[in-house]
Amino acid sequence: MTAALVFDLSLCLLIAAVALAAVLADDLFTAIVLFIVYGLLAAIAWVRLDAIDVALAEAAIGAGLTGLLLVGAAARLGGRGAPPAAGRTPWRLLGKAAPAALCVAAAAALVVLVLALPDDAPGLRPLVAETIAASGVTNPVTAVLLNFRGYDTLLETIVLAVALVGVWSLTPDRDWGSVPGARQHARPDGVLATFGRLLPALGLLVAAHLLWAGADAPGGAFQAGTVLAAVWLVVVMAGVLPAPATADTRVRLLLVAGPAAFLGFGAVGAAGGVFLGHPAGAAKATILAIETALTLSIAATLGLLVLGVPRRPA
Amino acid sequence: MILDIATLVLASAGVVFFIAGTLGLLRFPDVYARLHALTKADNLGLGLIALGLVLQAGNVWQALKIVLVWLLAIFAAATVSQLIARSALVQRSSSPAARDS
Repeated sequence: MTAALVFDLSLCLLIAAVALAAVLADDLFTAIVLFIVYGLLAAIAWVRLDAIDVALAEAAIGAGLTGLLLVGAAARLGGRGAPPAAGRTPWRLLGKAAPAALCVAAAAALVVLVLALPDDAPGLRPLVAETIAASGVTNPVTAVLLNFRGYDTLLETIVLAVALVGVWSLTPDRDWGSVPGARQHARPDGVLATFGRLLPALGLLVAAHLLWAGADAPGGAFQAGTVLAAVWLVVVMAGVLPAPATADTRVRLLLVAGPAAFLGFGAVGAAGGVFLGHPAGAAKATILAIETALTLSIAATLGLLVLGVPRRPA
Repeated sequence: MILDIATLVLASAGVVFFIAGTLGLLRFPDVYARLHALTKADNLGLGLIALGLVLQAGNVWQALKIVLVWLLAIFAAATVSQLIARSALVQRSSSPAARDS
């Protein structure tokens, strides 16, 4: 048994154990923390599978952002979301046993399917490798996301915007267009304020690097956008910058800039024969332009998703 | 060979600090003591592991990136632990039971 195998097996067991603990946790907050741990472990598993792009997305969005959204939701519930503490009633057990049974069934089906896969299944990899030279980038993941199957990514970014519309639609009439999120109480000379001024310098650099590196290494708009969103949220929490009013036209333009740029270039491609097609020779430039706009829009959308429902005047 | 041994020693020492920190997290009586155990041990533990990995880095840039990760983790941990301690302090001073004791 090699060391790598021992590591992989322990990782698998750990993931399963943490998933089980998250599902069985009595307390909402405990379950969320375990869910975040689960996401981070899953990211390590993706690294072990050599899928660095997926690992970055899982760590940033699956564990980080989703965990943050869940913590925010639990805080808004204020304990009301916790199950009643009065013993293990049959209904409560059923409420946990039924989803658990469903998950076990789904997992078993997946195991059967994966084991039934042919050993040597190259999938679309040869096709991507064959045509990647024309895609304008050398990272196959970016080539697929922004060129070969651009409409998937386009629809994903639109789904994000729709999610934010869903959150905003919960706004009471009197607060419509006001500032989202709680009022921040960071002391101007405190540790958080210092961190909020220190982090952007490095965070912006990391985001720009992820965006630029996406062309020929793991990275891209989603990862860069998430880093940008995280930095922005710290800056807002630290009181360095105020949260914007959701009625601000600049904010709304920023939110739609990415999908709009994507659609715009797509329409240009349509004029040339293929919707979402890139002009020959200039694919790298258009991909980079779209990814830059997407990064800004994704960052704004994710940040505002976390800040939540508008609830206080500017 | 010597580098590999140094990495093993440093990383193992780091793991010991992580174990000590985890033990503190589980056994110490209140929030402040638990934070003390976690931040001290985690920063040093992560630092030792990072130092061990730096020795395995292929070039200077990789080594600098590992050091950067460590620095970022220290900054984030220091900020977050300060926030947790402050929030625990606010909670304690506002709860009637704690005011009586």
